[in-house]
Amino acid sequence: MKEIYLDNNATTKVDERVFEEMRPYFCELYGNPSSMHFFGGQVQKKVDEARGRVAALLGALPDEIVFTACGTESDNSAIRSALEVFPEKRHVVTSRVEHPAVLTQCRNLTKRGYRVTELNVDGEGRLDLKELEAAVDEDTAIVSLMYANNETGVVFPIEEAARIVKAKGALFHTDAVQAVGKIPLNMAESSIDMLSLSGHKLHAPKGVGVLYVRRGTPFRPMLVGGHQERGRRAGTENTGSIIAMGKACELAHLHMDEESGRVRQMRDRLERELTALIPNTRINGGGAERLPNTLSIAMEFVEGEGILLLLSEKGICASSGSACTSGSLEPSHVLRAMGVPFTCAHGSIRFSLSRFTTDAEIDAVIKELPPIIKRLRDMSPFGREFLSKQ
Amino acid sequence: MWDYTDKVKEHFLNPRNVGEITDADAVGEVGSLACGDALKLFIKLDEQKERIVDAKFQTFGCGSAIASSSALTEMVKGMTLDEAMAVTNQEIADFLGGLPEEKMHCSVMGQEALEVAIAKFRGVAAPKHDHSHDHVETEGEVVCKCFGLTDVFLKKVILSNKLHTAEQVTHFTKAGGACGGCIPKIKELIAEVMGEEKKAAQEKPAKLTNLRKMQLIQETLENEVRPQLWADGGDLELIDIDGNNVQVAFRKACAGCASSGYTAKFVEQKLRELVSSDINVQEVQG
Repeated sequence: MKEIYLDNNATTKVDERVFEEMRPYFCELYGNPSSMHFFGGQVQKKVDEARGRVAALLGALPDEIVFTACGTESDNSAIRSALEVFPEKRHVVTSRVEHPAVLTQCRNLTKRGYRVTELNVDGEGRLDLKELEAAVDEDTAIVSLMYANNETGVVFPIEEAARIVKAKGALFHTDAVQAVGKIPLNMAESSIDMLSLSGHKLHAPKGVGVLYVRRGTPFRPMLVGGHQERGRRAGTENTGSIIAMGKACELAHLHMDEESGRVRQMRDRLERELTALIPNTRINGGGAERLPNTLSIAMEFVEGEGILLLLSEKGICASSGSACTSGSLEPSHVLRAMGVPFTCAHGSIRFSLSRFTTDAEIDAVIKELPPIIKRLRDMSPFGREFLSKQ
Repeated sequence: MWDYTDKVKEHFLNPRNVGEITDADAVGEVGSLACGDALKLFIKLDEQKERIVDAKFQTFGCGSAIASSSALTEMVKGMTLDEAMAVTNQEIADFLGGLPEEKMHCSVMGQEALEVAIAKFRGVAAPKHDHSHDHVETEGEVVCKCFGLTDVFLKKVILSNKLHTAEQVTHFTKAGGACGGCIPKIKELIAEVMGEEKKAAQEKPAKLTNLRKMQLIQETLENEVRPQLWADGGDLELIDIDGNNVQVAFRKACAGCASSGYTAKFVEQKLRELVSSDINVQEVQG
């Protein structure tokens, strides 16, 4: 069965051009970039080229790019660094809808005596900048807010948030793992101090990430040892994946218009047709500014895991904000923070597209999902009064 | 992705007995929309009102909840009410070739619905919290407020499934899986059930063979000691057993902890209490 892959916020296919770019750096050009000989030196040049390509996508300078092992490492390092830079400051601000890479770290900080403020979101998943402004004080070391939400695609007004935070003297970090490559960023005209991205969300392999650190921003490394990454991240470079990351960023730059054009049109069509064909649905974050590739649709009276398993039978790969799929017992923290009504929080499905998504794949979902929902609703003890009226 | 057996998948994709029985003799309803799964079970009895002639269900929930409901209805058809009352959640899971531990609560939900239906038919109390749509009398005191579960119900599940950690109780009943506020109480219930079982079984035999003693030491460390250390982020590893001398190495938060001497005493006390009174525990680096 050929897969219809609509789970690109979980991970993406490695672009074949990216794979070709990294291929020689394992069995042939395996030198260590730190070596003095020509064999390491030629790899160093490619790593530098990759750094330049990542910088170009972000509108940053090459020396502001630190390669890491994943988005989580980037997030962890940014927050830890700020706390080391300002040992006297004991307050951190984040939001209730962050990725666990940030949220778990912040919640652990409370056990070490830090004060942590988790900003609320409204029913559409939007941040209240006034609440942010009120939360930041002279004790705040860092504010970490995601650029775009992985579950709903809701985009936060990060530039405005960064300006507010900078004016109050705290550092500002953003987890931009879902945003990079989907919406344009320009660090040259930004107030962001640190920004995280992840390779495998933009068609590079798993196991490589980037932390952007603005020139002049004080930084303390999490991994210490060798001088790699100008002392900001010790450890021999993951050369193949770093070179892949560079290529992936170059391609993301090239395909940016396609994301906001063709991908957005497919997402919008999927949303429109599913809403028309399936009664009693709501779009999570539908009233907010969203990433062009993400659709989170909630369906009343059904549970997400059943939907995903039946979609999977048809080859369709999606994800859910429901409890049962994750092994936890409550719906996702994002949907709960948004106050999604409990009649449909368990029945939320996320479709996330990429530049490899085709119209035929969207057609397949539009054909297969409505009968799946009908089948599960017919089996459910809830909503029968409403369904009998259909 | 969950590691479901082929039988679970098959019952999920082709569930048996979906629907309702309009003139059912008994209906059992458990769970709710807010909880994330719910089951409504319909039972039709023969003319003597003794034997189940038909069973149907409506389920809101994950793949294993639907498969468990389907399995339950297949199992109870043809049973007398007394036979049906004796069905355990483990038998439902076994019928499906097993369930992932995190999904065992689905089998418990099936067993519960059956119990509620029969209790309602017989007009007696069921050991389950009363959800708003369910008008059964309940016995016991609510322990888990998030999912509305009583001590009587939890103790029954702990005993019949031989659960020994709070995490297992969450997997089997959901209790403690939301706010976590009742986890200390769940641990107390486990201790209570284990204590009662122990008295009944008259453990700690007078004379132990070396082999049996080593087994008991290992079991005690696994079931009694390590779960308590985990709760504080610590752990230990059994390094060696030499006669009555037990060597352990502390791990995670326990390693290098200032009160590891106290922890070693706690381990020794547990082993003396449950295995043999002449055991000595020694902390080693390893």
